Amino acid sequence: MENLIQCPNCHEEFDKSILNENLEVCPSCNYHFRMKCEERINLLCDSNSFVEIDEDLISSNPLELKEYEEKLKAHKTKSNLNDAVVTGKAKINNEEVYLCIMSFDFMGGSMGAIVGEKITKIMIEGALNDTPVVIFCASGGARMQEGIFSLMQMAKTSAAVALMNKCKVPLFVVLTHPTTGGVSASFAMLGDVILSEPGALIGFAGPRVIQGTIGEKLPKGFQTAEFQKEHGFVDSIVERKNIKKTLSFLIKTHKVK
Amino acid sequence: MSNIELKEMKERLSRVDKYASKRTPWECVKLSRNINRPGVDDYIKLICDDFMPLSGDRLFGDDKAMLGGIGLIDDIPVTIIGNRKGSNLKENIDVNYGMSHPEGYRKALRLAKQAQRFNRPIISFIDTPGEYPGLGSEERGIGEAIATNLKEFSTISVPIINFIIGEGGSGGALGIGVGDKLYLLENAVYSVITPEGFASILMKDSTKAEEAANIMKMTAQDLLEMGIINGVIKEDKEGAHKDPSFSANEIKKTIIKDLKSLSKKNPNSLVRYRLKKIRSIGATKEQHSWSEPLLKVLQKAK
Repeated sequence: MENLIQCPNCHEEFDKSILNENLEVCPSCNYHFRMKCEERINLLCDSNSFVEIDEDLISSNPLELKEYEEKLKAHKTKSNLNDAVVTGKAKINNEEVYLCIMSFDFMGGSMGAIVGEKITKIMIEGALNDTPVVIFCASGGARMQEGIFSLMQMAKTSAAVALMNKCKVPLFVVLTHPTTGGVSASFAMLGDVILSEPGALIGFAGPRVIQGTIGEKLPKGFQTAEFQKEHGFVDSIVERKNIKKTLSFLIKTHKVK
Repeated sequence: MSNIELKEMKERLSRVDKYASKRTPWECVKLSRNINRPGVDDYIKLICDDFMPLSGDRLFGDDKAMLGGIGLIDDIPVTIIGNRKGSNLKENIDVNYGMSHPEGYRKALRLAKQAQRFNRPIISFIDTPGEYPGLGSEERGIGEAIATNLKEFSTISVPIINFIIGEGGSGGALGIGVGDKLYLLENAVYSVITPEGFASILMKDSTKAEEAANIMKMTAQDLLEMGIINGVIKEDKEGAHKDPSFSANEIKKTIIKDLKSLSKKNPNSLVRYRLKKIRSIGATKEQHSWSEPLLKVLQKAK
């Protein structure tokens, strides 16, 4: 009984194992729960093909905040990750790709110097080796505990996309719930193709901030993946079960040479 | 220089502190937001011999919070972009306190590309708490607009000099803040979020903004020490509003000096140098581990 999980969307309850088998998607309403990096790698990559890069990079503490150090430690233990993105090389249906998977579980997927560095490095490697890059985004925005260095990661990652563009190496971005703040104003919006999981919250300013500005209720469905597609900022909404197939198609149709 | 001029100059200099401002970070925050603080329009008047504003992003509209146009500085044609905050309540409201919509960032990019075509350097004056957080902004893709500017400005092949003249806040500031040189005025600030936002999110108490400002390392001196900015522009002892022409003159001298060296570089090496600077921020390992792949990619991208 303790393994019962309630869907936050349709409120239906079901056993955790059912959810696991269904790729962490609600069997009754199709709500996409958050997925762990490891699960995503298993879903996406050919078996045993994923090789992690830079897994040992850890954050410094530029503002010298004691609380930040403690928080980093706590999140490392909790999530079993060293920071909010896992990067590496892998094969998707026998095609080589570089892969970045962000994790909301690690400090809300916030982008500090490590996230910026790992993603930038992957994009430059991709550009250099004519290998497509796939990024799964999940982020509340810039990591404020790192002050101005977190803001600068937006410039750094976006400049790396410029280099990918110049080398004509494709960048595929998959937006997952939620993709907001600094990440949504940098590499997340710069993919050659931008996909999204259904129902994901996507936007720059948070809904509460906007509500504060306009002083009235936000329209239904505001800043969802569907809203972004309708407004022209997302190419396609892809259900989790179809993501491997879709990426595989995109890799085939964006041949570098 | 006549004796009177010399006397004036001495008097002025005596009003300037050594640029390690004695003010606390919070005093700088307040001064950076002072309603009488000179804005982009004031500096253009004081620096340019002539200026023509240009409007619109050619896609949706014209954002009055983002000024853009072409000026002459000592006969050098330059493109100028900058956030406008307004100098009284009515103007503040007209320009959303300097917070731009996507069309503002797209206008800035249009003018930057125009500058590139006609080989004009770009000067930006940054003064904004951030982009406009509203319905229209999100509907028209504020994230995409800023992201695209960050990408495109990193490889625009004319010199770009950025001045943060008041508040430099978040992606809204960075959206016109990527370039070859970045300067802060002595009492200006630059941060990932306002101190109020930092206090409200990380300290769960928006009234602790002063405490937040003290730890955020957002002053000119902090940013200089961290290697984020190239230099600090002096202000009058009481702040830039007391003597706008003094800071304007410092800005003008800096522009002319920088353009002398930046304009000598060929476009490729200008962009290479800029990308290297951007790439280095927050890089964790020894320099050759990231600079070698970067240089190889740049070679390949040619």
